[in-house]
Amino acid sequence: MRPPTGDYPLRLEDEHIPMVRFQNVTKRYGDLVVLDSLDLDVEEGEMVTIIGPSGSGKTTVLRMLMALEMIDDGVIYLEGEPMTHMVKNGTLIRADKKYLRRQRLNIGMCFQHFNLFPHMTALENCIEAPIQVLGLSKTEAVERARDLLDMVGLLEKSDEHPSRLSGGQKQRVAIARSLAMRPKVMLFDEVTSALDPEVIGEVTQVIRKLVDKHNLTMLMVTHQMGFAREISDRVCFFYDGKIEEQGAPEQLFENPERERTQQFLSAVLEAT
Amino acid sequence: MTFIEFLKTYGPQLANGSVTTVMQTLLAAGLAILIALIAGLMRLSHSRLIYGAATVYIEVFRGTSLLVQLYWIFFVLPLFGLSLEKFTAGFIAVGMNLGAYGAELVRGGILSVPKGQWEAATALSMSPAKMMRRIIFPQAFLNMLPPWGNLLIELLKGTALVALISVADLMFVARKINGVTYLSAQAFGTALIIYYLMSRGLITPFMRWLEGVMTRKLGKA
Amino acid sequence: MFDWRWEFVGDILPRLLKATGNTLLAALLGYGIAVVLGLILALAQRTHYPLLNRTVREFVEFIRSTPLVLQIFFVFYVGPQFGIMLSPWTAGMIAIGLHYASYLSEVYRAGIDSVPMGQWEAATSLSLSAARTYSRIIIPQAIPTAFAGMGNYLVGIFKDTPMLSVIGVAELMHTANAIGSEHYRFLEPYTLVGLIFLAISLPTAGALRKAEGKIRENMGLR
Ligand SMILES: Nc1ncnc2c1ncn2[C@@H]1O[C@H](COP(=O)(O)OP(=O)(O)O)[C@@H](O)[C@H]1O
Ligand SMILES: [Mg+2]
Repeated sequence: MRPPTGDYPLRLEDEHIPMVRFQNVTKRYGDLVVLDSLDLDVEEGEMVTIIGPSGSGKTTVLRMLMALEMIDDGVIYLEGEPMTHMVKNGTLIRADKKYLRRQRLNIGMCFQHFNLFPHMTALENCIEAPIQVLGLSKTEAVERARDLLDMVGLLEKSDEHPSRLSGGQKQRVAIARSLAMRPKVMLFDEVTSALDPEVIGEVTQVIRKLVDKHNLTMLMVTHQMGFAREISDRVCFFYDGKIEEQGAPEQLFENPERERTQQFLSAVLEAT
Repeated sequence: MTFIEFLKTYGPQLANGSVTTVMQTLLAAGLAILIALIAGLMRLSHSRLIYGAATVYIEVFRGTSLLVQLYWIFFVLPLFGLSLEKFTAGFIAVGMNLGAYGAELVRGGILSVPKGQWEAATALSMSPAKMMRRIIFPQAFLNMLPPWGNLLIELLKGTALVALISVADLMFVARKINGVTYLSAQAFGTALIIYYLMSRGLITPFMRWLEGVMTRKLGKA
Repeated sequence: MFDWRWEFVGDILPRLLKATGNTLLAALLGYGIAVVLGLILALAQRTHYPLLNRTVREFVEFIRSTPLVLQIFFVFYVGPQFGIMLSPWTAGMIAIGLHYASYLSEVYRAGIDSVPMGQWEAATSLSLSAARTYSRIIIPQAIPTAFAGMGNYLVGIFKDTPMLSVIGVAELMHTANAIGSEHYRFLEPYTLVGLIFLAISLPTAGALRKAEGKIRENMGLR
């Protein structure tokens, strides 16, 4: 239980506290440095999109925030409280399992390959954690799940198993499943990459709705530049585990300053 | 008697038994591979007769016990005028039994080669025999190697039953020593360790090596 | 031609059928032991104690790599050497139960490994507890895969029961041997034993395959 090296506050006490703060976050797999002293703030209600070449660490950022794995250095803060660490005897120590489970409640995640539970119906997928983790009654959980399935346009598919749903429908159920936990931050990892082109729209439509109607904080990895540009408050271009460039979408897409950003964007435009 | 003394006294006998076990294993493995190839390919035939014959063989040998088959071959076949010497009866029974299991591995291995490979070979106008030999089988072979490793260990274990028709293999020797000395832990324990070493010290590394060679050959590494 | 005597068959069949009962009993008892013990061996390998993991792993490897018939002798004869007498049935059930427990522990492991990583991650992202993740998400999905292997080994243990005859368990093979040496006729008893095995194992294997398909279907996995 090594404390993080360097100086980290036990909690953020500035007058303005970001929803999420990555401070000096490093993640390695063996010798490979996947995230390299990353600093990133996400404000409450902000939609931040991450773009960048394959292998640049985009997924890793989300997985670290979801605490699917431990970071090697640095601290992630959530609403000013440390998320990856906890305070003990006036210092930060690695969060234990219990602390992590409580912190994870604030965060929802949607995966590229949906990861729906195949042996449960759409509705069962959406009520499992609210009942088991949040302690909702079955009636409450079902009501909440049906509202959300209705919101993503799949109320009539409530009793279907995932194997009977199309890719786009699966992803919409997965979004509903995450939202049922009422997270403060939603993470989307290439949620349209595994989909056939004609059903991508139904998923982006749902995300658009979330942005317009709810004040959710969102962090999204995508290869759909048009969608990113239209919907984001800020776009971060990742390269080699670092943020190479970030800014408002118009600025980053129209006047990228860095050469790597320009190369990446022209290569992506070439492909579409 | 210390364990060292035990090994000094009975080591040579155990070594002789081990040699017999190795020979039984090699002969049975050769037979099993041959049968597996033939029966496995027959199971892919479109001819109902060929397919049916292989299926009957496989179901009968997998549906009954090796020990029953061994006794049947050794005690009953002579009534049909086919008397086999016990050593021969031993490896034939083991080989025929494990060959039936191997046939399913061959069939599965061949079916595991993606359909696109068959289509590509057909598009190149390859004859069925060429296609099987040059394109399909090498890929199937690699896919089958891991389960064959387990099967060969089952085969080695199966040879222990030939002791019951008095083939003087490792198991037989261990029983004999036990009968004379009543040092059961030493006699059976040592034999168990020797079997373990044959499995994990010879068969497993050999199959790993073969897998490595084939992987490189097929350019998959 | 080869002198098959139906009336001899009539004489010995009741005795063989009675022994079939013992064979089935041995298979089911041994399997019961294996199912429970196998689960313990599998879970022991998933704990976070490296020494325990390693020891159990090596033990399972050892049992799987050595002949069952030798293990049966070992258990039966080593006890008395140290003053513990085991009946043939007790020794036989310990040996065969332990042998198949090692196989089943691998089946359970493979079943759990067959569940994609994404399922664990989804469960984690929903803050499900470890116990809940196992019981609600992972094990239900591992069952169809494990069921196939468990079925194979149920038929397998049944076919291995003849080895219990070597220490005098009065199952089918033992009875056939006895009949053979009483009457100096082996054709009918050994052939009948073979047929009885076929008559039980083939339909069982078929039924298990069907059941596996049903299970997958009922869980919506197809
Ligand atoms: N579990 C892991 N073990 C080893 N390397 C990993 C692991 N996960 C990811 N990586 C490596 O980390 C780098 C970044 O991965 P990732 O964040 O998935 O990239 P992206 O999502 O931007 O394509 C890649 O080089 C990848 O190979
Ligand atoms: Mg990624």
